[in-house]
Amino acid sequence: MKPVAFAYERPTVLTDALRLLAEDGDAKVIAGGQSLIPMMNFRLSRPAKLVDINQVKELSYIRKTDAGVALGALVRHQELHEDPLVRELLPVLADAAGEVGHWAIRTRGTLGGSLTHADPASELPAAMVALRAELELQSVDGTRTVPAEEFYLGLLTTDIQPGELLTAVHIPVSSAKSYGFAEFARRPGDFALAGAFVALAENGAAEVTWFGVSGGPERRELDLPADDTARRQRLAEVAQELDPLSEPEYRRQLAVEVAEAAYQNARGRRA
Amino acid sequence: MSTVSQLQSITLHVNGQSYMVEVEPRWLLSDVLRHQLGLTGTHVGCEQGVCGACTVLIDGQPQRSCLLFAVQADGAEIKTIEGFSSNDSLTDVQQAFQDRHALQCGYCTPAMVVTTEALLERNPNPTEDEIREALSGNLCRCTGYQFIVEAVKDAAERRRRG
Ligand SMILES: Cc1cc2nc3c(=O)[nH]c(=O)nc-3n(C[C@H](O)[C@H](O)[C@H](O)COP(=O)(O)OP(=O)(O)OC[C@H]3O[C@@H](n4cnc5c(N)ncnc54)[C@H](O)[C@@H]3O)c2cc1C
Ligand code: FES
Ligand code: FES
Repeated sequence: MKPVAFAYERPTVLTDALRLLAEDGDAKVIAGGQSLIPMMNFRLSRPAKLVDINQVKELSYIRKTDAGVALGALVRHQELHEDPLVRELLPVLADAAGEVGHWAIRTRGTLGGSLTHADPASELPAAMVALRAELELQSVDGTRTVPAEEFYLGLLTTDIQPGELLTAVHIPVSSAKSYGFAEFARRPGDFALAGAFVALAENGAAEVTWFGVSGGPERRELDLPADDTARRQRLAEVAQELDPLSEPEYRRQLAVEVAEAAYQNARGRRA
Repeated sequence: MSTVSQLQSITLHVNGQSYMVEVEPRWLLSDVLRHQLGLTGTHVGCEQGVCGACTVLIDGQPQRSCLLFAVQADGAEIKTIEGFSSNDSLTDVQQAFQDRHALQCGYCTPAMVVTTEALLERNPNPTEDEIREALSGNLCRCTGYQFIVEAVKDAAERRRRG
């Protein structure tokens, strides 16, 4: 099938993009189009107007800040995967970005698109929750900042309001924690059946943030014993709280496996 | 500029030539390449980004032409399989595909070749893992992939030898 007809606008500056979104409640943002165009091709989505933000170059940056790293909404997954600054300061994020779809998807798909589309099996929303990122949202009325964890409200639902554009994320960087990542997918590039980020603090505190195992990112603070059997048992207990969309028993088992692999990955990075 | 379904004039730079075309915003680049420009080497399998048959290079990067509206490619440098081949001889990559039996029906082949060209441009000496990763977004229902991986290795070696 082919998309239904729509009106098309291609602003080149952010203020014009925000004005276009404010003027027309039916207008939809298109960034990489790697989630939106498949839905339009199947007519599951029929926007009356598209506001294409690909030419808004001021949304395309990767910058070091006092507290960490700032990423513009138009950063492509492949850039996030390869960027030297991200590799140095947030290696776990660079790794996770490399697992989003395939090469030809990653060269086009954007950080802002992935974070607002909020597919429950997507890597980057969970990465933002795990890394305690703050999301910057702008509209003609101004700018607000929301912690990633508060942005995700359940299956395909976020706190984004009509007329708002996700413009950037701010990620703190600290050497006090080490992070690990792992996922399980049937084929490379497929959406993961389960994935996890693990954060280990120097004082022994641990956090697991899962994706693909319920309606959205799931962060849990827990103690992770050094003993292998005890640790798996602890992860299995916590995984019982997860509410997978399908095959619950299998997904919970996978949740334990990916969390364990992410734990080993985080330990390896600390060494 | 924004009336629904009105035709818009755009310029597509494809394989070094510029084409002025009139498109509706909803027309996919894959369809415009095939139907307006007659460049039918770009195949269409799924229109949801999964099969990879429509992969072309946009400003040097492999992208899905079924997940891009032609209006969005206005002004970009596009390269399709036709830009990597000539009428009278095979390129080194094509020759390697033939020698290694890396195609049967040929449906996936143009995009396999285009993606291989993009890979070798970035990485003239890819490992087997890197080849598999680069081509993991291109499905082939015939060959079982092994011969394609061998063909890419072979092509890389021929190109390095010059
Ligand atoms: C074959 C295939 C495999 C894939 N595999 C994976 C995978 O393994 N993991 C994964 O995470 N993703 C995967 N994806 C999806 C891909 O990551 C997309 O890039 C991403 O989900 C959406 O980003 P986009 O820039 O393409 O957004 P678009 O498709 O342009 O937009 C998606 C939605 O977000 C809105 N939007 C976009 N940008 C903004 C913004 N800045 N502010 C407000 N709203 C905005 C749009 O209005 C739309 O509703 C896959 C896609 C394909 C086709
Ligand atoms: S037709 Fe574009 S990926 Fe299948
Ligand atoms: S040769 Fe038939 S699909 Fe690849």
